[in-house]
Amino acid sequence: MTTQTNIQEMAATRDGFGVGIVEAAQNNPLIYALCADLTESMRLEKFEKLFPERFVQTGVAEQNMIGVAAGLALAGKIPFAASFAVFSPGRSWDQIRVSVAYSNLNVKIVGGHAGLDTGPDGATHQALEDIAMMKVLPNMIVIEPCDAQQAREATLALASYQGPAYLRLSRPKYPVLTHNGEFKIGKAETLLEGNDLTLISSGSSVHDCLEAAAILRKRGVKVKLINMHTIKPIDKKAIIKVANQTKNIITVEDHQINGGLGSSVAQVIAQELNRSIDPEVKFAMIGVSNFFGESGSKVELKKKYKIDSQSIVSQVISLFR
Amino acid sequence: MLTANHQLSAERISQLQTLATETRIKIIEMISQAGSGHPAGSLGMTDIFVTLYFEILKYQPNNPTWRNRDYLLLSNGHICPVLYAVLNLAGFFPAIELNSFRKLNSRLQGHPHYPSLPGVENTSGPLGQGISQAAGLALALKRDKKKNRVFCVMSDGEQQEGQVWEAYQFINKYKLDNLTCIIDRNRIQISGVTEEIMPLENFKSKLSSFGLNPYEIDGHDLQQIYSVTKTAMTDSQPSVIIANTTPGKGVDFMEHKSEWHGKAPNAEETKIALAQFK
Repeated sequence: MTTQTNIQEMAATRDGFGVGIVEAAQNNPLIYALCADLTESMRLEKFEKLFPERFVQTGVAEQNMIGVAAGLALAGKIPFAASFAVFSPGRSWDQIRVSVAYSNLNVKIVGGHAGLDTGPDGATHQALEDIAMMKVLPNMIVIEPCDAQQAREATLALASYQGPAYLRLSRPKYPVLTHNGEFKIGKAETLLEGNDLTLISSGSSVHDCLEAAAILRKRGVKVKLINMHTIKPIDKKAIIKVANQTKNIITVEDHQINGGLGSSVAQVIAQELNRSIDPEVKFAMIGVSNFFGESGSKVELKKKYKIDSQSIVSQVISLFR
Repeated sequence: MLTANHQLSAERISQLQTLATETRIKIIEMISQAGSGHPAGSLGMTDIFVTLYFEILKYQPNNPTWRNRDYLLLSNGHICPVLYAVLNLAGFFPAIELNSFRKLNSRLQGHPHYPSLPGVENTSGPLGQGISQAAGLALALKRDKKKNRVFCVMSDGEQQEGQVWEAYQFINKYKLDNLTCIIDRNRIQISGVTEEIMPLENFKSKLSSFGLNPYEIDGHDLQQIYSVTKTAMTDSQPSVIIANTTPGKGVDFMEHKSEWHGKAPNAEETKIALAQFK
């Protein structure tokens, strides 16, 4: 018996995961959830209550959690192993590399509290490197949904997808932008139409892009907004298309500028320039530029580290100059 | 504690000894022709692997993913020559393939890769990972009320990895009595003597305090390997067998020498080594 939940209110991507994993488990008896002492934070309380025989609490031991998940996958289960992204993949990367990715096992790594969005906990708890760590692994795919509805759908999609995957989630609540049935792994989504410039983003930064686009529209700049929820495999076709359509591309992410979404887009543009991409295309990247974060509210942090809507607007203006 | 029905006949012991000698010859040949590899631990664990694969584990070499099989997960992947040699003798793949060990396009990787080679149940190399994999597998089988047994082979140096102790806590918490761990206590590791690099003693009491049931055996006494393993398998709590072994067992110049942890014999040394098995 499946309950289809349409998330409409303000919610965090982790909330969407919590809903999605329960639905996935209702649909498929092979679904397992593992947690390293963050049951409430990773929104696994309902799963634990409804499916205690498929819930595994490893305690604060992320390396063992990933190994156990690999073992469950060897037995044919579909484990989702959840912790904060700074701990897993942060601390469990070797286990993910060898026990999961190299063996191509059907394990889903779920990293919560990603980005400066984590706020007052400070730099130790703000994962700004996890996309880089995960996208570099062969066999691994990387997904960062932009809202709770999409997180729910991504969770369901990953439950049916065969192979290792990383799902990046964040802490704060945001309005729901996407609709049920829209999510498809590897297929970029257009959230706004415009001809002057394309913003390509993922996760919570999509919301900052929306704000920036509204400001820019008032100034006469029509922004196309692409939600690149699948960072690997990146939707190359979509990048080529919007590059040629709008000639200006800026990527925006709550992650280190080295090795994140922007660098994946840059890779496509650099390789396709003068081939399928117009050589006149201008490109810029917005992300955390080689800094660790610190304590503060998410609004203050995004402003200080220049990934907020105002920084996006400034970058757009300088790109056009 | 040992019961009379866990006894091997003298004739069977003799057959297993012959298989062990064949295994050791294959190990030396594989590592020698590859020009690299880990002979000491492979030779030291030969008697245990032979007893496990020819007396204890249930499997079907022609149907390697048989659903009722027992699983052996190797956690200290560097001793894979002994695993490959025994899998070959058990009929999982032809002997000719042993010559491809550590070479390009081979299913016999320098450290074991799942699912490349039939019979290899897990990927390992970085120490400490196989035990967690074994724990997850044992948990799934236990929750599904399946009868398959899981064995995990580790080394003593490997116990220095924190992940191993994370896994022990987990195995105790979930009472994984379908899992039997076997630890190669050969007292050497790549840089020297284990007790000097990082003392493990009192190992038995450490294991007991983690809620595991420790046994200690002579890892070259086939009767003891068999009877203690069979006994440990019937325990109502997770058990760990500490197997005291001689690294490099059977090749006099390799025995107890940490320099042979990860070094291949040259042509002359290979000749001398092989002559010792005649």
